[in-house]
Amino acid sequence: MRAFARILALLALAAAACAAYAQEQYIPLISYRVGPYAAGGSGFFGGVIDYMTLTNLKGGINGVKLVWEECESEYNATRGVECYERLKKNHGGASMVDPLSTGIAYGLLDRVAVDKIPLTTLGYGRSDAADGRVFPYVYPLITSYWSQAAAMIKYLGEKAGGLDKLKGKKIVHLYHDSAFGKEPFPVFEAYAKQLGFELIKLPVPHPGNEQQSQWLQIRQAKPDYVILWGWGVMNPTALKTAQRNGFPREKILGVWWSGSEEDVLPAGDAAKGYSSMTFNTPGNYPLLDELKKKLYAAGKGNLEDKSRIGSVYHMRGITAAILWVEAIRKAQEKFGKGKVMTGEQVRWGFEHLNLDEAALKALGANGMMPTINTTCFDHEGSSATKVQQWDGKKWKPITPNWLVGDKAMIRTMVEESAAKYAAEKKLTLRDCAKEG
Amino acid sequence: MFYREAGQFKASYAEDNQIFPIRQDRFVIAFIIAFAFLGVPLLAQLGLVSNYMFTAILTPFLIFALAALGLNILTGYAGQLSLGTAAFMAVGAFASYNFMLRIDGMPILLAFILGGLCAAAVGIVFGLPSLRIRGFYLAAATLATQFFIVWCLTKVGWFTNYSSSGVITAQQIAVLGYAFDSSMSKYLFVLGVVSVMALLAKNMVRTNIGRSWMAIRDMDMAAEVIGFRPMRTKLMAFAVSSFYCGVAGALFAYAYLGTVEPDGFNLELSFRILFMVIIGGLGSVLGSFLGSAFIVLLPIVLNVGMQSLESAGLPLPSGIGSSIELMAFGALIIFFLIVEPHGLARLWQIAKEKLRLWPFPH
Repeated sequence: MRAFARILALLALAAAACAAYAQEQYIPLISYRVGPYAAGGSGFFGGVIDYMTLTNLKGGINGVKLVWEECESEYNATRGVECYERLKKNHGGASMVDPLSTGIAYGLLDRVAVDKIPLTTLGYGRSDAADGRVFPYVYPLITSYWSQAAAMIKYLGEKAGGLDKLKGKKIVHLYHDSAFGKEPFPVFEAYAKQLGFELIKLPVPHPGNEQQSQWLQIRQAKPDYVILWGWGVMNPTALKTAQRNGFPREKILGVWWSGSEEDVLPAGDAAKGYSSMTFNTPGNYPLLDELKKKLYAAGKGNLEDKSRIGSVYHMRGITAAILWVEAIRKAQEKFGKGKVMTGEQVRWGFEHLNLDEAALKALGANGMMPTINTTCFDHEGSSATKVQQWDGKKWKPITPNWLVGDKAMIRTMVEESAAKYAAEKKLTLRDCAKEG
Repeated sequence: MFYREAGQFKASYAEDNQIFPIRQDRFVIAFIIAFAFLGVPLLAQLGLVSNYMFTAILTPFLIFALAALGLNILTGYAGQLSLGTAAFMAVGAFASYNFMLRIDGMPILLAFILGGLCAAAVGIVFGLPSLRIRGFYLAAATLATQFFIVWCLTKVGWFTNYSSSGVITAQQIAVLGYAFDSSMSKYLFVLGVVSVMALLAKNMVRTNIGRSWMAIRDMDMAAEVIGFRPMRTKLMAFAVSSFYCGVAGALFAYAYLGTVEPDGFNLELSFRILFMVIIGGLGSVLGSFLGSAFIVLLPIVLNVGMQSLESAGLPLPSGIGSSIELMAFGALIIFFLIVEPHGLARLWQIAKEKLRLWPFPH
């Protein structure tokens, strides 16, 4: 009888231990580490994995450890979708997904709503997903393409001495001829009409390693500013061709996919003085020091090249992971601390993210990213960006404060576009006032 | 022993001319079709076939098989080398989308057929160079087709309904009020369309049209001498092939991805379908299916294999699966072109021949 009781106790302990062991929050990583965009992908997902490893080292999220699986998407839409379908049921179900690719994000848009898995698209993807009433499961956190375009015009206005000084000026939009490059058209055209500047749109066919004709046109037009909306090899080629054609790079403002070390280093001297948008303030932070000390010193870091710690893509990955972890933490506050959160519960967490300066300071990332406050209505949460400039060796921030464009105008455009999508798909808008 | 035709007599012309003259073949094909239509959904209800199998393996296999069938008609049967397959798929997809969008109450099957006809029209226009050039040079001309059509779809906003990002969201598939929303119903829809079109193709290549294509392929000068009209034959090949590719493209957009952009129908996709046709077998309907199964499954098998190796503790750099896949594809294509230029279909044919004699040696 005593033996039996002892066996029962042991079994109960084992069961408890098993249950404790099963406390894992699973995030599938649809990453790309091969192909022409491998530098960006490896940096971003390296940052993500670094921060998640650090979180696990510190005991996880209230004891729940993060677990992830990587799948190579090669930045290809069909492959990304196949990766998602294969990984989403592992480890008890995915809690969220972020493919860092607009094409894959579009492919997953309808699926995540059915599977109830939140999709975050930091700084890319559908700009109108900021309207949470139509897209409950999509989160263009911090900012989207339209907000960035608006912030760019604001910065150019500030540079000219005021938004009204842009009247009569010429701005060239040199874009990658794809869905990505054409995304900001509505915003730029609206601003051109409102502020009275001339907008010249010049497409660069993929992949963009031949831009002589475009820059000759730019030389003829003699614009005041050139907005470089490029991706991959188009960026260094643009800077080199600009130098060859004698166009001052101080007048070129790049989008944040044109503003990383991998974009400017190949251009060499031609990139010194070039500025781009960013949603991380470049520099060193206590969080980065912590990563170096706790992870890389112990050989647990994900980046193979340690000099990339703190690079633009690495910081972007860390920012993304911070938001994911905080969303899960927020979800746990409501649905049960120390429990594994389901996709639906994590979605709630994303909708109620509130990271102010104090919270960021506690994480060791104050100033690295803007404060963010999402709601059911607004899935972006911030719309703030900064401008950084390349000095030949590293990126330096040149705007002291975070820039936000005309939020009201962007919001009207977002709601219009989201309403069109809802009409096409016959969706009913959520009533944000009713929900929590 | 299995393929013994002893005792199988043909008593009418209809029996003599049927697609599968051997009873064993008919039995196997009937079983496969019954399994595909009834067995797989039954297994899905029992939980043995997951959603993932439908969305990532079965549906793309069928859609790519249809596109490979189209290319096989053009390259395998008519001998016109073409690198513009993905462009014709794009035309079919965007045309169907526009028909559904702009005409109220358009039935989806009719939209697919009209989309295919648009692709056929485009195929005829871009097939005109085939009347003067052959082989490798024709491939270059079709390459121009590929780039031009994708450029055109990106440039002219009307095709994408002036969407700011150029990405279109395909509408729902609804036939006679029944909405094909779940992945299993989409699989059944695609299976129905592909079966009908494969049957059509199988019959087409046995008729005069098919024979005219094969005549042009084998020796076009001699074919012209005996009375086949090269312009009509070649343009018909382009038209039919583009129709198939167009319908495949429409299915790709509606039943597989759900959203498409013109850049998704790039040169890489054209090459992929060409590889399917080469590996599966030029000039064979079965070859299109075998090639499609091979190419759809190989990356997944490699990826899963790499992942299981990684979880077994082997430290592999992430993304090595993609590099191995490229190497495997290259090696396989070279292997097939040297050892068995007629591809997997020919291997199956040889196996069948041997099975007819087995276990006897002669």
